[in-house]
Amino acid sequence: MLQRAWPAEGVTRVPYWVYQDEEIYREEQTRIFRGPTWNYLCLEAELPEPTSFITTFVGDMPVVVARDPSGALHAWENRCAHRGALVCMQRSGTAERFRCIYHNWTYDHAGNLTQVAFRNGIGGKGGMPADAKLESQSPKKLRVESIHGLVFGTLSDDVASLEAYIGPEVLPRLKRVLVRPLKVLGAYTQVLPNNWKLYMDNVKDTYHASLLHLFFTRFRINRLTQKGGVFVSHDGAHHCTYTEMVEDRGDDYEKDGMRSAGSQAFRLEDARVLEQVDEFGDRVAIQILSLFPGFVLHQIRNSLAARQVVPKGTGRTELHWTLFGFADDGEAMTQRRLLQANLVGPAGYISMEDGAATGFVQRGVAGSPDRASVIEMGGATVGSGDSRITETAVRGLWKAWRQYMHV
Amino acid sequence: MGTDPNLQLAVERLHARYAHALDADRLEEWPRFFTENGRYRIATAENEERGLPLAVLYAEGRAMMRDRVQSLRHANIYEPQRYRHMISSVLLEPVDAGVVRSSANFIVLRIMQDGDTVTFASGRYVDRIVLSEMQYEERVVICDSRRFDTLLAIPL
Repeated sequence: MLQRAWPAEGVTRVPYWVYQDEEIYREEQTRIFRGPTWNYLCLEAELPEPTSFITTFVGDMPVVVARDPSGALHAWENRCAHRGALVCMQRSGTAERFRCIYHNWTYDHAGNLTQVAFRNGIGGKGGMPADAKLESQSPKKLRVESIHGLVFGTLSDDVASLEAYIGPEVLPRLKRVLVRPLKVLGAYTQVLPNNWKLYMDNVKDTYHASLLHLFFTRFRINRLTQKGGVFVSHDGAHHCTYTEMVEDRGDDYEKDGMRSAGSQAFRLEDARVLEQVDEFGDRVAIQILSLFPGFVLHQIRNSLAARQVVPKGTGRTELHWTLFGFADDGEAMTQRRLLQANLVGPAGYISMEDGAATGFVQRGVAGSPDRASVIEMGGATVGSGDSRITETAVRGLWKAWRQYMHV
Repeated sequence: MGTDPNLQLAVERLHARYAHALDADRLEEWPRFFTENGRYRIATAENEERGLPLAVLYAEGRAMMRDRVQSLRHANIYEPQRYRHMISSVLLEPVDAGVVRSSANFIVLRIMQDGDTVTFASGRYVDRIVLSEMQYEERVVICDSRRFDTLLAIPL
């Protein structure tokens, strides 16, 4: 059992050992990633035909997601029942069957062991005993559900359906974006020098967006004075924040002398990277949505992407970005999405700083596992609202995390 | 079939001047290595092989490149860092009159202010060069890896 005690202030404090402790990291793997949560696996568009497969992760656990010859989706642990080797080494492709290279044990698309090399020996010699329990260490199978083209998996038999897990506060915001079949535009990985929770915390932090990301503010893309709001699920686990397209003419930032406003207006010579078509017809410029434990869906103007947060030890996280459009996008819309991809990812005008800022926290707290973050913007509550000058969604993350971790 | 040695030298000199400008933090010179409507794209080998068009960084024309430099200078926050480019194995192939296609290997080291030095990127530059101006009409930076450490601020 974990011996750690949470600070008496509750959700307004986050002790720094949560980002550092190896035992916490191991417990998270069991209680959260392999526990009663739904984990994002891939897009259905990445498995375009029967027998397509892709390899991914649920926490530290390697996973194969595959379509069987009938087209049905399956996900299973990428670990051979024999000696534990990876069954599938390729990132993606199509396969008739999956054969472990070590001793040629073979699996079908659902992760069932179908063949064991030399099972009966040769010429009456060698082979497995008749009562050998070859399936006793079979790869774990995940329950799979997909929602509007996003594929999720869980090892839990107890967790509710995916829609019930997401809940009524956030689900409509997910459906708002995923309106038609998707088309993958490309993918890359950003390696973050920090604990996975610092990234989720950053994503849910509506307070930082226009202060850290100067590009936003200088170009008046997103200021906290613009109309917007935040939705938080009842358990605090999931969130969605949005900003409307209205051009802000206020000078609240300049009056407060904030660094992000700058001393002079800053204009783009070529503004095509910002030109948005209101494709969902609701004048939302930016929507960031997160699902616990490690999934983010963004709409930043016409840039759409799924981000998968993969922990790689206490101080390292991989962020797998998959940018997409819709299958029926015309040439002009695809070009627009590709230009607006400049806003996001490791070289993104408005997201490059996130990796740096969260890494600064990981380094800054190295000597203070006994100290804590102060998260009191907007009070001590967890809930939805129409102000983004709040840390309500961050407090939600920690409320949920503590419930899963029993801390 | 051999390439004109003078052309080979001229292209290698262009690549070298480009590398020295970025490594010496003369970012304002970067757009001037391109034609007015020149294109610059940082891609990954994986996306290229799958025929996927996404770039990590994409600029169409010098104006968009100048915007990138302005943003790096005045808007984006990133830890002080420098690159060191190593460019080699330059192969040329004439395309049409006055245009040559160049393929060159690169390694970029990233040096942080505390001295931490890592191999930040490796890959190929695939270029279309206009010979009359000795400028890139197109420069595609195809990174071998799909992984980028922390952030990519300075162009490759």
